[in-house]
Amino acid sequence: MINIEIDGIKIQTENGATVIEAAHLAGIAIPHFCYHKKLSIAANCRMCLVQVEKAPKPLPACATPVAEGMKVFTHSEQAVKAQKGVMEFLLVNHPLDCPICDQGGECMLQDMSVGYGGGNSRYHEEKRVVLGKDLGPLVSAEEMSRCINCTRCVRFLQEVAGQMELGQAFRGEHAEVMSFVSGTINSELSGNVIDLCPVGALTSKPFRYKARSWELSRRRSVSAHDSLGSGLAVHTKNNRVLRVLPIENEAINECWLSDKDRFAYEGLNSSERLTKPMIKKDGQWQEVPWQVALEFAANGMRHLANGAGAEQIGALATANSTLEELYLLQKMMRGIGSDNVDFRLRQSDFSTDGKQQGAPWLGMSIADVGQADRLLIVGSFLRKDHPVLAARIRRAVRKGAQANIIHSADDDLLMPLANKAIVAPDAIVETLAQIAKAVAAKQTDGIAGSLSSGQRVVVLLGNFAQQHPQAAQIQALAQQIAAATNGKFGFLGEAANSVGGYLAQATPSAKGLNAASMLAAPRKAYLLLNVEAELDCANPQQAIAAMQAADLVIALSAYKHHATEYADVLLPIAPYLETSGTFVSCEGRVQSFKGAVKPQGEARPAWKVLRVLGNLLKVEGFEFDSSEAVRDEAIGGMDIAAKLNNASPATAQSAIPTPQSSGLQRVSDVPIYATDAVVRRSAPLQATADAALPQVWLHSDELKKLGVQAGETVNVSQGQGSVKLLAAADDKLPKGVVRVATGHAATAALGAMFGTISVERA
Amino acid sequence: MSAQIILATAADGLAKLDNYVKAGGYQALRKVLTEKMSADAIIAEVKASGLRGRGGAGFPTGLKWSFMPKNYDGVKYLVCNSDEGEPGTCKDRDILRYNPHVLIEGMAIAAYTMSVKAGYNYIHGEIFEAYEVMEAACEEARKAGYLGKNILGFDFEFDLHNHMGYGAYVCGEETALLESIEGKKGQPRFKPPFPASFGLYGKPTTINNTETFASIPYIICEGGQKFAELGVPNSGGIKLFSISGHVNNPGNFELPMGTPFKKLLELAGGVRNGHKLKAVIPGGSSMPVLPAEIMMDVNLDYDSLQKAGSYLGSGAVIVMDETTCMVKALERLSYFYFEESCGQCTPCREGTGWLYRIIHRIEHGEGKPEDLDLLLSLCDNIAGRTVCALGDAAAWPVQGMLKHFRKEFEYHIEHKRCLV
Repeated sequence: MINIEIDGIKIQTENGATVIEAAHLAGIAIPHFCYHKKLSIAANCRMCLVQVEKAPKPLPACATPVAEGMKVFTHSEQAVKAQKGVMEFLLVNHPLDCPICDQGGECMLQDMSVGYGGGNSRYHEEKRVVLGKDLGPLVSAEEMSRCINCTRCVRFLQEVAGQMELGQAFRGEHAEVMSFVSGTINSELSGNVIDLCPVGALTSKPFRYKARSWELSRRRSVSAHDSLGSGLAVHTKNNRVLRVLPIENEAINECWLSDKDRFAYEGLNSSERLTKPMIKKDGQWQEVPWQVALEFAANGMRHLANGAGAEQIGALATANSTLEELYLLQKMMRGIGSDNVDFRLRQSDFSTDGKQQGAPWLGMSIADVGQADRLLIVGSFLRKDHPVLAARIRRAVRKGAQANIIHSADDDLLMPLANKAIVAPDAIVETLAQIAKAVAAKQTDGIAGSLSSGQRVVVLLGNFAQQHPQAAQIQALAQQIAAATNGKFGFLGEAANSVGGYLAQATPSAKGLNAASMLAAPRKAYLLLNVEAELDCANPQQAIAAMQAADLVIALSAYKHHATEYADVLLPIAPYLETSGTFVSCEGRVQSFKGAVKPQGEARPAWKVLRVLGNLLKVEGFEFDSSEAVRDEAIGGMDIAAKLNNASPATAQSAIPTPQSSGLQRVSDVPIYATDAVVRRSAPLQATADAALPQVWLHSDELKKLGVQAGETVNVSQGQGSVKLLAAADDKLPKGVVRVATGHAATAALGAMFGTISVERA
Repeated sequence: MSAQIILATAADGLAKLDNYVKAGGYQALRKVLTEKMSADAIIAEVKASGLRGRGGAGFPTGLKWSFMPKNYDGVKYLVCNSDEGEPGTCKDRDILRYNPHVLIEGMAIAAYTMSVKAGYNYIHGEIFEAYEVMEAACEEARKAGYLGKNILGFDFEFDLHNHMGYGAYVCGEETALLESIEGKKGQPRFKPPFPASFGLYGKPTTINNTETFASIPYIICEGGQKFAELGVPNSGGIKLFSISGHVNNPGNFELPMGTPFKKLLELAGGVRNGHKLKAVIPGGSSMPVLPAEIMMDVNLDYDSLQKAGSYLGSGAVIVMDETTCMVKALERLSYFYFEESCGQCTPCREGTGWLYRIIHRIEHGEGKPEDLDLLLSLCDNIAGRTVCALGDAAAWPVQGMLKHFRKEFEYHIEHKRCLV
């Protein structure tokens, strides 16, 4: 520890700290722009100049390391003169257009100029004009004349997001922040540059000119779009969500948000919103009062339960439904005698059901992932599935951790990988088995060597691994590898309640049917909670067929979607931000939230709809008057640690059956902006490069075999269905593999996410 | 070796290895290798020579070399700063063109001293001919065993790579130069850390000016003491002076430190065509200007010039006769720093343009009386507030001009035309 004195206050600080860090610890504010605790030091704005005893000239507090006995003066005459001088320079070429600037009212430059700026400008020369840039649908860079060249955005994209998508081009007064050859910023974390920009140069495109910051109400919420549980500050006005900002929490999302979390709210205001209950009468949809719709639904279910039997009713819910919704759904189903309830819609291997000792989870804290020195990530489109967690891993790698990956696609993770094994889906188990063997044999190279040489090993299974038809084997082997390297093991988790669904018991017990078997053996009636059958299920073809064949489909949905073709009753429910509820994040953090705005139209929170349905069906114990009451019944207390357990008695098979696939195998990703109903309807997200129409990707050798050129239209078929897509070459894919996205309307006619698939010239 | 230890002319033919060796070249390198001179001994010799950085900052070379970590296992680098971009300065160019081997030898000795295996010579972007000469010289030296592995048969390895810059003035700043070698935009880094601990590619690095390295062989051969005695106390040795402007015979002159300016002016053939000396910028365009009456009594060494209110800088002496309009001169100087600011840090990016615009206005008859105090106030806010010294370099000429020639500026503002 080092003793220094700032403005007469004695401070003890760590060796290696900078003056600004020490000052912040002591609660002393030093004006700054370019400095940001999460970014590298640039020391370019010069606003943090302070006087240091014995230094001949003022020094930047952000770049000056503390030294024993150092005396710093942040408000001395010398310091303030320097700070005011810098402030004047920052303003000379700034347009001073605060009245028409979106940043007005929450602008560092504006705030700082009150303290350090002059009342009048001494600058009477021409001002610099910097042309606006088009950086894509999310970040507006219309008014780059406002830019003070602090390079926070440049450093963020390079250091945190992993790719230098912005840079400072030109020199001197002509220096401009711009993208590479007029490209857009395509990072899945791009929205953070809006928060980082200390002026109004980079602003939120969807939010532009919607409101002044002081007109907004702020509500806390939790992200519904991945398993991390990022904290959201939801800014509303007149009962509309106008923007979403991160709530800083070092243990979860630090101070970042993925673009998905930040801009998904735009989906709330989609014209497809279902705002009135509807029933289908004689093939025609009619808007009806709630009472009518609910009775229609209850009567239908009662009728079926009394007739064909309750086991002919199946309930499917998405994993981003709230804990309360999932709990009431299963309670109601079990109350009427059906055990067919599941939320694991994209899973295909259910062989651990009944053996799993608890809810599968991350197996560690999110912070632990960042502390790892060796990582093995199995089956994950990490960057797109878990953008903020990927940034945490990227930082760990930057600090020397080794990341290894086993997967069926080789997307750029924007971090150096120690080793990677990119194999076809049916070779993943074999690959893992070999690594397990190599670890046992103390092999020193490859993935096994990397893991064995670590002190803090982390083995993570991604969404792809969990959706894999041999998921149980993958789990057993990954667990074995983690155990052999004294490492931690866990699941990244697909959605906001991938853990919560288990706690809500929204999974079938032994006598019930799971998500896959409910569709493979079609039921006469389905209850859908948030589900878009053709987009959210492992096998869209099968799901849609089952829906179409069913006598009764009750859809609880926030949107008037494809269900209008197969459902009989549509009950408008409130999506995230409009309902209260609870998500249990991948690390087992239970986070409850209130609705940030009221539900639109006649939509109601789904937990209330399910409660009334339960009442109408005369199910016992449905007298809840708040979502908190539902939560308390569902999980008892907030301490759920005992219910989380990855251990599975299923041991790795000693002899791995050799892969038996002939022809091409499908590899499916769920594109980042196709994961759930709200995101699918967020116009700005749908305008990004990541939301481009899916193509069919093959190794160029495979394309050659098929006699197809990249860019040509091909027929892609699976089972009964086929779609026309553009063929594209990806030589990083293993041979024999066809990558086609799922969760997208363009591929909804296809079958299972894994398995054989055929591609031919159109 | 003659008293003229660095400067050669095309006629001397020292660019050819044979001629250089015949003239006593590479004896210093041979000496340190055969005598197995210790690093401490070499550094002591360099310290004794009083050699100070010839690029302009005048930092004691021996001291700089002693900053390099000694027991360091990893890679270290040696870099020669031949990015000679300061207006008025043209001395390093002539070393590269006419005596490249003295630089190679000096760098090899430095590399031996600091246990460095790889060196870079960063050459200013506008002197391509010098680059070609350097390349040819390095190739010759490599073939003759003065560069590469087992130099002169000893267990010593060093290779030198010439790197063409792109002509940016700021890349003469040592850390911007490092960034540029790394392939990045040439922008100075903030210091600390200094290059000795975090230099090229993050490795310990020593950077010296071309002339500094070129002085080393003499110091090793003849001893530091002898070199020091060529000059005056605190300004050891001899130095190249580039004299330009209104003189009859501009060019580079190698003179002992402490030589009176009067003598240099005489060597340069005096002020052109019988004109009268008005002012001199004694150390490259960023140094404060001094009027003739001060200049004619000044000796060219670090201390004398500092006492007179300017600096020795790179030793580029810019001479102006009585026909020179100081407003116009300053406008031109200020435009240079405005144009060459890298744009990284605020005071320089925003301040250099402001300075230039005001001076431009004055020159064009649109000046206001309050402009002069505004200029000085801006200079105060730029100098000492920036990442690198370019801010100072932009401010000093303005301060110097206004200190000695304020009347001329006031006249310009009042009468909207030149006094001269």
